[in-house]
Amino acid sequence: MARIDVNHVRHSYLPNPRTDADFALREVHHTFEDGGAYALLGPSGCGKTTLLNIISGLLHPSHGQLLFNGRDVTKLSTQERNIAQVFQFPVIYDTMTVYDNLAFPLRNRGVPEADVDRKVRETLEMIDLASWAKKKARGLTADQKQKISLGRGLVRSDVNAILFDEPLTVIDPHMKWVLRSQLKQLHRRFGYTMVYVTHDQTEALTFADQVVVMYDGGIVQIGTPAELFERPRHTFVGYFIGSPGMNVMPVAIDGKTATLGSQRIELPGAPKAGSGAIELGIRPEYVRLGRDGMAVSISKVEDVGRHKVVRAKLEGRDIAAVIGEDETVPAEPKVRFDPAGINIYADSWRVEMGA
Amino acid sequence: MEKTWNNKAWFLVLPVLVLVAFSAVIPLMTVVNYSVQDTFGNNVFFWAGTEWFEELLSSSRFWEAMVRNLIFSFIILAIEVPLGIFIALNMPKKGWGVPVCLVLMALPLLIPWNVVGTIWQVFGRNDIGLLGYYINALGIDYNYVQDPFDAWVTIIIMDVWHWTSLVVLLCYAGLVSIPDAFYQAAKIDGASRWAVFRYIQLPKMQRVLLIAVLLRFMDSFMIYTEPFVVTGGGPGNSTTFLSIDLVKTALGQFDLGPAAAMSLVYFLIILLLSWVFYTVMTNYDAER
Repeated sequence: MARIDVNHVRHSYLPNPRTDADFALREVHHTFEDGGAYALLGPSGCGKTTLLNIISGLLHPSHGQLLFNGRDVTKLSTQERNIAQVFQFPVIYDTMTVYDNLAFPLRNRGVPEADVDRKVRETLEMIDLASWAKKKARGLTADQKQKISLGRGLVRSDVNAILFDEPLTVIDPHMKWVLRSQLKQLHRRFGYTMVYVTHDQTEALTFADQVVVMYDGGIVQIGTPAELFERPRHTFVGYFIGSPGMNVMPVAIDGKTATLGSQRIELPGAPKAGSGAIELGIRPEYVRLGRDGMAVSISKVEDVGRHKVVRAKLEGRDIAAVIGEDETVPAEPKVRFDPAGINIYADSWRVEMGA
Repeated sequence: MEKTWNNKAWFLVLPVLVLVAFSAVIPLMTVVNYSVQDTFGNNVFFWAGTEWFEELLSSSRFWEAMVRNLIFSFIILAIEVPLGIFIALNMPKKGWGVPVCLVLMALPLLIPWNVVGTIWQVFGRNDIGLLGYYINALGIDYNYVQDPFDAWVTIIIMDVWHWTSLVVLLCYAGLVSIPDAFYQAAKIDGASRWAVFRYIQLPKMQRVLLIAVLLRFMDSFMIYTEPFVVTGGGPGNSTTFLSIDLVKTALGQFDLGPAAAMSLVYFLIILLLSWVFYTVMTNYDAER
């Protein structure tokens, strides 16, 4: 197990990067604490897999430094870093049995056969493939193959960290849930440092203690699931996390009042001066639909099961609100914003509000 | 669900059946016809029964040619397959080197077979051939026209030059189909270069390799043009393969009956060996 320091790492896939746009990873500076469970969350192409491959040593960064427990490993190969990584699509060694597949990483490192046997049997129990041990890996389903890939990641107990690159993409939903809880249990039991890349917010929020949200080659926010939900640091985090995403609308600020078209909205505090375009963000969960407040016109009501999502227009802008399953939409609908859920953004970055 | 049977569909395959009949079945039947008859010309035939077959199977000339064929096929497979794999492994996977290598590899395959023979026939001559002249200049006595060993070396090198590319291209196709994730996982698992070859690359190449071996075996077993152009089957009979012997019998001596019997036996041998290969291959797949 190790603490991993990513020191001002930049990476470009081009030979001579010039502008920021040439970098797949613009700059990441972050510490993954020993024994932490982290999720790297972001849309496709935001650089999360690049960051993961830099940590495992499959890629060497163009700039910056990587430390494991304070030791510089930037130049070390994947083998020397002693990392486990599980990939998005199952990688199995076709010609070997399930048992040999799991034993492979251990045997390559010269682990004594008795220990190999013990570890492999343990891991087979864990991924629920004990009865398949003697079978050739070739004939298995995609689910089972991915479990083997996971197993190969978990079979070594001395690794510095276990990295997951969207490992559950090919697994069916029920199994996904089971495996995710197993990973979580493993984490609690053995205290591995785990980094889990995903573009699925549910997966990230349920797996990790700390979610690292990436956007366009950089980290935009690191926090607990609750922090990401309540106080998104960047409007992107607001959009990306939550379903539906945060409502963001341009406003003018005067002291503790925000003006949206002809409407005036009371803020919980006066925002500290921010420059650039000012926007107000509020999650649909904090938009109250009722008989008083700002008049809206409803365009659609989506029943998504546990609650309803109301799509409406406020001052000509689209806005979403979440209401309970049993609530009804009033005849002359109006909305109020719950002050607890209001965030103010200047140039897309959140500004603090005073008392 | 009940299947609909409609025999009219046979009309759709009729053109193919007719074509195959004219191009393969009818010629084959004429050969069968010749093989059981004798003639002294003037289109007069006599029934000969199995005489030609008995004569053929008891002739040492036939068996010697057959043994030469088997040895030749074995040697070129033993050289071309490992060499082909080796070259394919070392070919670039991306960049400008890929088209360059592919074109270079394809070149020998594009040259007509008799031209390949002529190239090596001239190349190996010790009076005007670059190869023959310089080997002799180095003090090695090399003369493929007189020495059977030199003749064998020449046609084997020629075949390797001509056909290794086919094995390379097939293996290369197998190799480039391996996703990067496999190599990355192997690095994570701490696999050695040999383990990567043994457990990732070789299994992925297995299928194309079987096809390569089958093709190279059939082709080399039926080899005719190139050795015929280079050595004409000599010196003596040392490079007379079945096909060369067959042509000598049929066209050189115009012994239609024995030649027909020989073609049939030759055909059956290739059919049998191909069937063995095919069965082994399909069984191998079914096991998985």
